[in-house]
Amino acid sequence: MAMATDVPRDGFRLSMLVYDTRYRSYTIQVVVLVLFGLAVAWLLNNTVQNLEARGKQFNFTFLWQRAGYDIGQQLIPYSNDSTHFRALLVGLLNTLVVAFFGCIFATILGVLVGILRLSHNWLVSRLMTVYVEMFRNVPLLLWILLSYVLLSEVAPQPKDFRITDEMAAAGEAPAASMILWDSVAITNRGSNIPAPLFERGPGTLDLGFMTLNLNFWALVVVIAASVWVNRRILGSARATQESTGFRPVTWWKSLLVLFAPTLVMLLAMGFQLEMPELKGFNFSGGILVAHSFTALVIALTLYTAAFIAEIVRAGIQAISKGQSEAAFALGLRPGRTMKLIILPQALRVIIPPLISQYLNLTKNTSLGIAVSYLDLRGTLGGITLNQTGRELESMLLMMLIYLTISLIISSVMNFYNTTVQLKAR
Amino acid sequence: MKKSVFFGTLAATTLVAGLAMAGTLDDVKARGELICGSNTGLTGFGAPDSSGNWAGFDVDLCRAIAAAVLGDATKVKFVPTTGETRFTALQSGEVDLLVRNSTWTFSRDSELALDFVAVNYYDGQGFMVKKDLGVSSAKELDGATVCIQTGTTTELNLADFFKQNNISYQPVTVADDSEAQRQYLAGACDAYTTDASGLAASRATMPDAENHVILPEIISKEPLGPVVRHGDNNWGDVVRWTYYALLIAEEKGITAANVGEVATSTTDEEVKRLLGVSGDMGAKIGLDNAAFKNAIAAVGNYGEIFSRNIGEGTSINLARGLNALWTQGGLQYAPPLR
Repeated sequence: MAMATDVPRDGFRLSMLVYDTRYRSYTIQVVVLVLFGLAVAWLLNNTVQNLEARGKQFNFTFLWQRAGYDIGQQLIPYSNDSTHFRALLVGLLNTLVVAFFGCIFATILGVLVGILRLSHNWLVSRLMTVYVEMFRNVPLLLWILLSYVLLSEVAPQPKDFRITDEMAAAGEAPAASMILWDSVAITNRGSNIPAPLFERGPGTLDLGFMTLNLNFWALVVVIAASVWVNRRILGSARATQESTGFRPVTWWKSLLVLFAPTLVMLLAMGFQLEMPELKGFNFSGGILVAHSFTALVIALTLYTAAFIAEIVRAGIQAISKGQSEAAFALGLRPGRTMKLIILPQALRVIIPPLISQYLNLTKNTSLGIAVSYLDLRGTLGGITLNQTGRELESMLLMMLIYLTISLIISSVMNFYNTTVQLKAR
Repeated sequence: MKKSVFFGTLAATTLVAGLAMAGTLDDVKARGELICGSNTGLTGFGAPDSSGNWAGFDVDLCRAIAAAVLGDATKVKFVPTTGETRFTALQSGEVDLLVRNSTWTFSRDSELALDFVAVNYYDGQGFMVKKDLGVSSAKELDGATVCIQTGTTTELNLADFFKQNNISYQPVTVADDSEAQRQYLAGACDAYTTDASGLAASRATMPDAENHVILPEIISKEPLGPVVRHGDNNWGDVVRWTYYALLIAEEKGITAANVGEVATSTTDEEVKRLLGVSGDMGAKIGLDNAAFKNAIAAVGNYGEIFSRNIGEGTSINLARGLNALWTQGGLQYAPPLR
């Protein structure tokens, strides 16, 4: 106001950079930026000089050298003749598969516990409180180690499943036996579960740089198509309901569409299960799910679910009590009130902190190193780093990959968040 | 910008490391203490005893070097390192040298910018299994689960061995010897593989040592020895020649007990040079002329160190084998001290 007219009109002087409030903030910002840039340049220069002084180069060519080591759990074909890059991919997939199952199980358990904690049943709600407080107040690493030690020390050894000739003659049973109609064997090394096999499937497609399992992808396509058709059926039912007031019966159509094509597909491809069988030292056939994987998923699920439960509880409690009372007054039952009135509004509060929990869980998978789970940290940041001695490169690459995964997860979840946000109409 | 910050953090850590590189010998003298990278605990080679004093075959070499450089074998600080952390600890200057069953290989010598200055134990990789498994050869291990320490050469040898013999295995990677023992004893793996000397040392600490056998196959060459940073040649010479001094001492029959007497009575010119009676061998590498004499007086000669820690009669019970002196058909051979 008056200030503007008071400013002398005789142009710009250098001292104004310090004494004039209009320019001072720019001066400070520029100075800080320059200092920061200098500090970064100094540190970078030091790294380069020190690497040179030690005769080490900075490049990523080691990724294309032969890895030479073996990995226990591999979701894509890998042998010790593969490159370090291939080992990185195997590790990355191992990270992602733990994160995937962890996020799903943690969400299911967390939502359940969060709702049950609000239950009017005194025992149920207190039990859930105990669970939440216990798991979120003990470090995750201890839970991982505990689950692993429990699994590997309590379960029997593979040799306990063996029946020797003398035992058969004496009619004795072996010390341990398989469960679920002789299809699953839990040893102190891992769980052996049946593997799906296809007699007449389309097999695999070799793309040169990778092979596609066509059986798997054919099933994925069929299931995705079924789900899409089911959504169309439900959508048209909703349209009918809105125009006529009556909802057509759809449950048998949904069941048919969801399950029949998949079943037909499985029969056509000659689906059968390959059962694990004790051979030599270990069970062979079927799929070996190592205890390191199981322990990691269990611990991550239980730990993260405790946090998710609190987020869900907070979200539900954020909805005014009047909302549910109004719904009850309209004659809606509690289940439908939760589904139609409370949850859609609570989700707006729940989703943003849930994103951080998913990110935490994904990054926490790197604790798998404690139980020798060879994830990205175990392959690229563990064995590859050690065998090639490229600490800087491996660490930078690993950080970049974790950053990318986290950014992808948060952008997907942010997109989902915008779809559940309150829409101004 | 965020990315630059972590570049910076990395750079900051390497910077601190860089300062320690000037001249290790001068650093050690100025500090008055030798920092020796050792095993986290391998009985017979390098492990703290019940009262916290480090003892073992590798530990004694560290003590000999401390005696040679500082004149006092007790001025050593032992920093336990795992297979994963050992080379980084050395490169970053956290330790002055590494004496912990590290195998000399081409890529470690070249790519990791390290120098292996000697071989204090010629070893090879073996397998240990429980006796009741009924296995008599490593080639019968088809389908077995094998415990393996990560970050080691044995990890790569294992993969090669099973591939060459066209048999399969399931690896269980562990961080160090104690974790491997726990898994092996709990039955989480059928076999444990590492250097044969390491297996013998592990077996010695097991409560039921007689129930475990080390299979006859030795599947690799594992020359183990002290490691220093590449480029610090003077320090490399100090470590190398202190070790050779211990070998020459055994060759000439000089022990911790008789070193003082030999120094006054000897007529052998090489022994005189070794013990600093004549010439200036110590001064030539920046040490006291009596450096080697101090080393021998502190820990004894190579043969004494061997038999005291891992030799026949100890719980580890290893024969000299390849590690006998060249005069007795072994590979231990010191160049002439002149």
